[in-house]
Amino acid sequence: MTRETEQLIGRLGAQLAPVRPLSAPVLRALGALLAVALLAAWPVMHFANLQVFALRNAELHTALECAASLLTGIVATIAAFHLSVPDRSARWALAPLPPLLLWLGAAGAGCLRNGLGHANWDCVLFTAVVGTPLLLLLFVLLRRSHPLAPAAVAWTGGLGAAGLAAFLLQFFHPFDVTVMDLLLHALAVAGVLAIARLLARPLLR
Amino acid sequence: MMVSAQAQEQEQQWAAWMRAAQAGDARAYEQLLRAVAPFVRNLARRYCREADRREDVVQEVLLTVHRVRHTWDPRRPFSPWLAAIAARRAIDLLRRRSRIERHEQHDELASETFADPAANNDDGEERSLADLAPFLEALPVRQREALEALKLRGQSLQEAARSSGQSVAALKVNMHRAVKSLRRLIGTET
Repeated sequence: MTRETEQLIGRLGAQLAPVRPLSAPVLRALGALLAVALLAAWPVMHFANLQVFALRNAELHTALECAASLLTGIVATIAAFHLSVPDRSARWALAPLPPLLLWLGAAGAGCLRNGLGHANWDCVLFTAVVGTPLLLLLFVLLRRSHPLAPAAVAWTGGLGAAGLAAFLLQFFHPFDVTVMDLLLHALAVAGVLAIARLLARPLLR
Repeated sequence: MMVSAQAQEQEQQWAAWMRAAQAGDARAYEQLLRAVAPFVRNLARRYCREADRREDVVQEVLLTVHRVRHTWDPRRPFSPWLAAIAARRAIDLLRRRSRIERHEQHDELASETFADPAANNDDGEERSLADLAPFLEALPVRQREALEALKLRGQSLQEAARSSGQSVAALKVNMHRAVKSLRRLIGTET
């Protein structure tokens, strides 16, 4: 043991303060998802047309797309909380891929039926305006664990926020997705992921 | 079987100390840090050959353990948590070093020329060297080798690497450390 290391141990011992261990990542993720659900409940109940939402979800491809975006949001959020602590498997970064592929597949199949369509920038705006605060909320909760691999946490956290925002968009998007919509949705999700990457260093370190 | 029983015992001891440390017991914490340092040094061996760098990894890991000690779940084993931090920090340190070395250029004059013209006067060179001798003796061997080869014998990095058996990168790091150590030693003396 070098003298510097011995001195460092002495200093760390002198600075020690009691800490409360963090709860299990899955519990923290479920807490975050519950907070998102509570925040989203009021606007959905007051501004969304739930009858149209129910009618649209009677069709298999819409229901599948809706469920897959929600599942992507949930799985990616859980993965982000697991990746934020040191001793969890790095494979959690891959966990959101199956629901993400299902989401892209379902949206792709739906838009092939509906043709090219017109660009509807409202969807991009909605995903960005809803996705960014969700992302900030997740990052504030994730930074408590000072992640050692912020890039992986940013990718999964960003995908979680984007998936949840895309699911909420379904309540306010009363028409079938076209090719143009799919491209714009992909652009919006990529935008949220880019914001996540940018915020990773200042917020998660 | 014997090794496994010992490892289990060590794991239990470390976990007990860490639980106490999370509750604020500084004595248990220092015991834990002293006990895990050789384990971390051993893990660091996989990532870097130089002893100096391994010690840097050990110190980085101890600092990180301190910062993220609340992320260890007392219901889970302690060693995998520590090993994950050690691996991550060793890789981070290697990346940081290689970034620095990629942009670092060896300039013979950089550390020999000063803003004050009097400091560049070679008149007192021999006397200064004699004054420096006890400080040079106090340096670690590899740092002294780097300083003597590059600054006193005026060898190029490649020549110094051949004569000392150190890599060019190690020479640069040891040279940098030697200057830092000398500054510290001289500063303490005066």
